[in-house]
Amino acid sequence: MNLLVGKTWVFGDDISTDHIAPGRHFHLRSNLPELRKHVLEDAREDFAKNVKPGDFVVAGKNFGLGSSREHAPAIIKLAGVSAVLAQSFARIFFRNAVNIGLPVILVNTSGINDGDELEVNLEKGILKNRTSGKEASFPPLSKEMMGILKDGGLVEHIKKHGEITL
Amino acid sequence: MAEKIFSAKCGREVRAGEIVVARVDLAFAQDGTGPLAIRQIEKLGLRGVARPDATLFFFDHASPSPRKELSDDHVFMRTFSKNTGAGVSEVGAGICHQLVAERHAAPGMLIVGGDSHTCTAGAFGAFATGVGSTDVAVAMALGQTWFRVPESFSVELTGRFEKGVFAKDLILHLIGDIGAAGATYQALEFSGDLEALDMESRLTVSNMAVEAGAKAGLFPADEITLAYLEDRGRSGEKLGPDPGASYQRSLEYDLGRIEPTVSKPHSVDNTALARDLSDVKVDQVFIGTCTNGRIGDLQIAADMLAGKKIENGVRLLVGPASRETYLEAERHGLLRIFVEAGGLVLPPGCGPCVGVHQGALGSGEVALATQNRNFKGRMGNPEGFIYLASPATATATALTGRITDPRKVTT
Ligand code: SF4
Repeated sequence: MNLLVGKTWVFGDDISTDHIAPGRHFHLRSNLPELRKHVLEDAREDFAKNVKPGDFVVAGKNFGLGSSREHAPAIIKLAGVSAVLAQSFARIFFRNAVNIGLPVILVNTSGINDGDELEVNLEKGILKNRTSGKEASFPPLSKEMMGILKDGGLVEHIKKHGEITL
Repeated sequence: MAEKIFSAKCGREVRAGEIVVARVDLAFAQDGTGPLAIRQIEKLGLRGVARPDATLFFFDHASPSPRKELSDDHVFMRTFSKNTGAGVSEVGAGICHQLVAERHAAPGMLIVGGDSHTCTAGAFGAFATGVGSTDVAVAMALGQTWFRVPESFSVELTGRFEKGVFAKDLILHLIGDIGAAGATYQALEFSGDLEALDMESRLTVSNMAVEAGAKAGLFPADEITLAYLEDRGRSGEKLGPDPGASYQRSLEYDLGRIEPTVSKPHSVDNTALARDLSDVKVDQVFIGTCTNGRIGDLQIAADMLAGKKIENGVRLLVGPASRETYLEAERHGLLRIFVEAGGLVLPPGCGPCVGVHQGALGSGEVALATQNRNFKGRMGNPEGFIYLASPATATATALTGRITDPRKVTT
């Protein structure tokens, strides 16, 4: 999980969980592979069909605002996305992503273009844009969250340690 | 207050920013987040829940179920509850947050819910916060989970609302001011002269704390809180911030200066005054939800509608938040007023709020709703347009067919 490499899909500010996992597909919530076919559909129609394993979701401010539906980060992860990079995240989305083992990165995303190739070192907090040649650093997750992420999420973390160890 | 509640739960002084593991007093999920939570509990290799009496499942988002997939989810949740002894609130009982207010919440409790508007119970001085399915699963299975103790953001209130202005206008105005991420990660804490806000008004305000990004929306527990609890055969103790408590940010509002406020599509912080939106034609008005579907809300609407008819071409949907609300509205003759005015009364539940069933918008249609969110696609159609407002503004709008400042409508 340490070095992630992939292409970017760029989104704007305030992408809500209604954009990511629209309520009209509510009945698919117990069928995540089917729901995944609609991931981020209301923000970018081309995404769900063309996203490749390893790709990054790159967004502006307050990514994932709105409902607590964990299905939102779950289908982003299921689509093979290796991490979500944003200027800022909504609280519940951020926590859910960590809990299910989807890396979330708080970083200045303003210079990143759609289709750029990125290289991310989660542990060291380094982001390299292979397309533009630019480099940036970001604060790595707290050691508690990194621990959960590395175990593959909170469920795996508890299974491994028998309790929540922080 | 957040530090104070977490300190009490942890049995030691904790400070904002600390990550703690705390025992929860109530963990619940609804029919949208419950099935995944149950699957996560099963993944943990656990069959049961730590405390069945502190574990609840609500059927409110798809209630009654409009399709077989959701009916199967309901069956799955019922079976799990039966096997574990967890509580179930059936189809028709009402919206989870309203039922938590009516039956469970008390000052000082630590509540997690698999629904972002769990912050509603902050109106009681409970630390209540919305979490995802995995978090709620862990809280149900282990009776505890991890938290980062949040910083606090103080909002001090003075004065009295003018006629036609309500708690909903205050919270929309506040979110318009600070933005949809204005309080991210913080606990919004309301203080000042709170007599102007009854329990229902406080529930409306706390409900929308998450729309400013906040983790909780806390009111101190005072006489008003205790009287509400007593009315329902419950009890609690007063709870407030310590004198000299420190805040990351502080704001003050004079309620007398708030005007009827509306959020425009497609974000809650995109606010304007109702009186400046009189050009906006509306196809559907919805009065209900965990934000504004309580008896006081329905009473305001009924008082304005009595003996009148809504505008031709407008659909008016009214959704009582709970069975108790529904029965009380029936007893007071409100349901009859809605129907005679040309409206439609829905069963208790979330109704059209989240676009699962009932009242989905047509493409290009405009709705004005008393709910808490107007994101693109929220009411079932990304081509629809949703405005948010108070029940009074909603009723005035149903009467005229255009967004209308309720102060313009005589009762
Ligand atoms: S009424 Fe709307 S906001 Fe409230 S719990 Fe139901 S879907 Fe969520």
